[in-house]
Amino acid sequence: MVGGMSDVAIGLVCIAGFFGIGLSGAVLGRLRIATPIVYGASFVVALAAVALALGVLLGEAPPSMVVLPIGLPGTGAHFRLDTLSAFFVLVVDLGAAAASFYGIGYGRHEPEPARVLPFYGAFLAGMNLVLLAADAFTFLLSWEFMSLASWALVVVHHRESASIRAGLLYLLMASFGTLCLLLAFGLLAGPGAAIGGTAGFDHLTFAHMRASPPAEIFAALATVLALLGAGSKAGLMPLHVWLPLAHPAAPSHVSALLSGVMTKVGVYAFVRIVFDVAGNIDPWSGLVVVIAGGTTAVMGVLYAVMQRDLKRLLAYSTVENVGIVFIGLGLALAFRAAGQGPAAALALAAAFLHVLNHSLFKGLLFFGAGAVLTATGERDTEKLGGLVHTMPHTAVVVLIGCMSIAALPPLNGFVSEWLTFQAILMSPQLPQWGLKFAVPVVGALLALAAALAGACFVKAYGIVFLGRPRTPAAAGAHEVDGFSLAAMTALATLCVLIGILPGVVIDMLAPLTRDLAGSALPAQVEVPWLSVVPIAQSRSSYNGLVVFAFLFCAALMAALAVHRLASKTTRKSPPWDCGYPLPSPRTQYSSASFAMPIRRVFGSVVFGLTERVDMPRPGDTRAGHFRYRLRDPAWRFAYGPLARFVVRGAQHLNRLQFLTIRRYLALVFAALVVLMLVVAAWR
Amino acid sequence: MAAGTSTFLFDIAHLLAGGVLVLSLMLLVQDRLTAVINVFALQAVVLALSVGWQSLVQGAPHLLVTALITLLAKALIIPTALHRIVRKLDVHREIERVIGGGPTMLAGLGLVALSILVVHPVVETADPVAREDFAFALAVVLLGLLMMITRRNAVSQVVGFMSLENGLILAATGAKGMPLVVEVSVAFSVLIAFIVFGVFVFRIRERFDTVDVNVLERFRGEQREHL
Amino acid sequence: MALILDLPLQLLQIVLVVAIAPLMMGVTRKVRARLLRRVGPPLLQPYHDLWKLMHKEAVVADNASWVYRRAPYALFAITWVAAGLVPTYATGLLFSWSADLIAVVALLGTGRFVLALAGMDIGTAFGGIGSSREMMIASLAEPAMLMISFAVALIAGTTQLSAIAALFSTGEVGVRVSLGLALLALIMVGIAENARIPIDNPSTHLELTMVHEAMILEYSGRHLAMIELAAQVKLVLYFSLIACLFVPFGIAGSDAGPLHLALGILAWLAKLTLFAVLLPIAETSVAKMRVFRYPAFLGSAFAAAALAVFLRFVSRGF
Repeated sequence: MVGGMSDVAIGLVCIAGFFGIGLSGAVLGRLRIATPIVYGASFVVALAAVALALGVLLGEAPPSMVVLPIGLPGTGAHFRLDTLSAFFVLVVDLGAAAASFYGIGYGRHEPEPARVLPFYGAFLAGMNLVLLAADAFTFLLSWEFMSLASWALVVVHHRESASIRAGLLYLLMASFGTLCLLLAFGLLAGPGAAIGGTAGFDHLTFAHMRASPPAEIFAALATVLALLGAGSKAGLMPLHVWLPLAHPAAPSHVSALLSGVMTKVGVYAFVRIVFDVAGNIDPWSGLVVVIAGGTTAVMGVLYAVMQRDLKRLLAYSTVENVGIVFIGLGLALAFRAAGQGPAAALALAAAFLHVLNHSLFKGLLFFGAGAVLTATGERDTEKLGGLVHTMPHTAVVVLIGCMSIAALPPLNGFVSEWLTFQAILMSPQLPQWGLKFAVPVVGALLALAAALAGACFVKAYGIVFLGRPRTPAAAGAHEVDGFSLAAMTALATLCVLIGILPGVVIDMLAPLTRDLAGSALPAQVEVPWLSVVPIAQSRSSYNGLVVFAFLFCAALMAALAVHRLASKTTRKSPPWDCGYPLPSPRTQYSSASFAMPIRRVFGSVVFGLTERVDMPRPGDTRAGHFRYRLRDPAWRFAYGPLARFVVRGAQHLNRLQFLTIRRYLALVFAALVVLMLVVAAWR
Repeated sequence: MAAGTSTFLFDIAHLLAGGVLVLSLMLLVQDRLTAVINVFALQAVVLALSVGWQSLVQGAPHLLVTALITLLAKALIIPTALHRIVRKLDVHREIERVIGGGPTMLAGLGLVALSILVVHPVVETADPVAREDFAFALAVVLLGLLMMITRRNAVSQVVGFMSLENGLILAATGAKGMPLVVEVSVAFSVLIAFIVFGVFVFRIRERFDTVDVNVLERFRGEQREHL
Repeated sequence: MALILDLPLQLLQIVLVVAIAPLMMGVTRKVRARLLRRVGPPLLQPYHDLWKLMHKEAVVADNASWVYRRAPYALFAITWVAAGLVPTYATGLLFSWSADLIAVVALLGTGRFVLALAGMDIGTAFGGIGSSREMMIASLAEPAMLMISFAVALIAGTTQLSAIAALFSTGEVGVRVSLGLALLALIMVGIAENARIPIDNPSTHLELTMVHEAMILEYSGRHLAMIELAAQVKLVLYFSLIACLFVPFGIAGSDAGPLHLALGILAWLAKLTLFAVLLPIAETSVAKMRVFRYPAFLGSAFAAAALAVFLRFVSRGF
């Protein structure tokens, strides 16, 4: 508490600040000065929110409540800031601070700032509002507000047909998600909520739902609905389809927010509903979540490997990482239902750490993609290359981001995946035999996803930054402005720091896991040498600091020894390439050819891959062609048939438009009678 | 010490039964007929060893006879005969599969998991040797069935059937006290089945110039249309 | 007190893995040559090669970036650190807890990432083909490797290599199908990861089938020396891993006296030599595979490891 104001009130002040920024963006919109003002102010407000969240987490402050007399009559709008909200406020506003700072530089290249600035503040406000909302009405309202603000940002470049399509699809999926959440809340609130009655709408507050947990079947149903609703925002398979279209369509710093941060709000919604509000859940719903997470992780990264558009590749990789988070969440559900507190705490800590990590490196990578876009005007990896020479600083920080997201030690992505693996290895403690068998299989899926992520980011970095420039645009690239570089460097530094000292962050998560799983990991900062020890030293431990120090010393020693004791002369020469160096940069491996082995191995089963080679006969001078086609299983098996069904149904219903009045009346009458019969039968 | 010895005995039994299962999986993904037959012969050898070991552990000499029958019939006579058939029919080329190798392997793994999953809680109270053998045996039977489903070639279908029968023997030895008569009759019935299959294969071949059983089905379909 | 004693032991291991790595490569090459009825290079030839390479000037392509020049040292450091953390002659060394089995596997992944990037830095067709295939192999080998880790860790109840080796060396776990399958899978993954036949051929050039050699095609001089040394250390790492997981006998305990330690070192060297002899025998008896047969090979490694995990549940003592 500061100056008599409760924490949640400060949070609301920050949100009001974001709203104000949005308004000023709308007013100033067309002025050149608006860009630095809006982003600078957002940066300051976001930093304040970060400080608030850190204070709540580190101080382990008790939850603070506030009820505003707006919203539902007699009940008002409830807001609450507990450790769970605080952690997600930290994630959201850390990302927001970085994106705003980046935006000060990057926003200058925006052709239509008036379409971005008003919604930017509104979007940030909406996300924070969701995190603080403590009744179903306020939550859903904030959720919709966030969705609409982000939709406006997706369709900023509304003259491109791809943006419009992405926006339409996003709108559809967002409505579907909200519908699912609405139903989930309905189930949790129980029948009393429908009446209103003397208690007003008090049934809709989270506190009431928590106090009167629903029947087991309703809780399980609500879990599934929450998985669908929150999963459609977070990007779970097969609800991910809007995400790779919508995220890249926005300006890059907004893409970073959409991908790195807004998906986390989806994760928050799931955790809030299932872990906090719904009470104890059947262990089998844990299995559903774990399997959904595992398939999402593998499919997401498989899609990502196949992409040639840099930002779309990153968006698909977000799908993968959300899958990893949900693996941890599902494990936590299963462990909690089995009464395995420490294991549940481990799985939750893994999931939350990955939430934080992903928001950091995904933000960094989208900033990098934005920098590449500013420097070359290209997002297509097939037209890039060799940027390491012209954008040296960006190249270093993006490399750190790529290595983090590929889960390589000693960086941060590895720590959260390692913790997830450790949680998976606790599976023999589960009493259900089915879970004992299924969980290691999901572990294999996670390993596959991690390995494919490695391939994906070798491809992304190697094609974009290494090699020779493939087009004049790539050759003429230049380093980006200082604000962008500073934002990226800050995120890269955080990635390295969390990788080396994960114990600090894991300790910060302790109050969360204690609230949600009833148990916490042992305090990590007290472990000698600052290792990470999830359960016990004899069981497993990892020390990023020692590994990093060893790597650094070993590399330094090797380089020094070789340079001092042996030779350090270097001669420049043209590349050898087995004696056949071809001068054209088109002889390099391209993005599609890099992915070819993986496409062949997994493509035929997963994507129904068809390849066609058209090779001219010797003597024929026309160009050869190679075509391949991938079919998205989500479209092929889920949305395609669904869309056809809807269209057919609509055609049938179309006839209803051309009836006589007598028939309309007959229809209405029949409906009324049927309804009355149902009511009579029910009584 | 006694406990140590018994766990050691158990370990060996476990290892041999596991070996039969692993060979069943290997059988599933072999794509050459000669390799299929060789792996099958190897499986029979391991099975014979396993049964022999059980006879030693359980002190049941009649199981030794079972082991001998298995060794003679399935590791020697049938593979030799199958090799001759294959050579005679000149079909030691690659096998056509209905579905690919990777999915078949994954399906096989799933079946193994499923059979452990099914057997384990059911016979929780039984002694561990029997329980384990039972899980393995069920898996071997299911894998044999899977092989019969996924293969089109009559010879490999025969091998799939035989390996299925190996699973039955494995189950029988685990459950103590199966009378010898049953085993002998089973062995004979398998031999007869083998002969029938052999004749069947040759007849298909004479008729249709191939051992692909799909041809048979097409043929049947035509017949029906004519009727 | 403990630190003063423990630190030299850990350092000794770290030095030993590098010091004998070229010798082990020499043994495999010699045995392989003898099997092919050649005389073969002397056992110490790899040391001479490294010495010569280090003293030559490094020829670097015009458009090479810092990634290309730093990668060999990074790769060597990563492999070295990983190898230094796998128990070799004694369990419970000072830093043995700083990375467990999963972390060691992931460290090797970091090395592969770095090398694959280096392969793409010059922008030649061969470098790209090598990197692309290496990542494909990795994406198949890593799940198998993780399943092996699961099988072993679920049996031992820990992922600490040192603790696993200490437990297994008591002989309490006995003979298990799961362990046998895990060993089989680990050998297959090890072959793929170390670029040995039938996945890759360490002595090939100018062939479209090469993978590892294609990535490092442009390297020369001291850079090449670091990469070669890293490959040799990686081989020793896999040998040590197999030794400490599956034949940990003779490994010294955490509070062993000097005699036990000496015995431990001897046992480790004997095991390494044995593996270095067995590897070329296996290699010469099979032919190199086509690239798109790798999934079948590594898929069976995965299947074996997955089966190991499943069968663990029917073993005693779960």
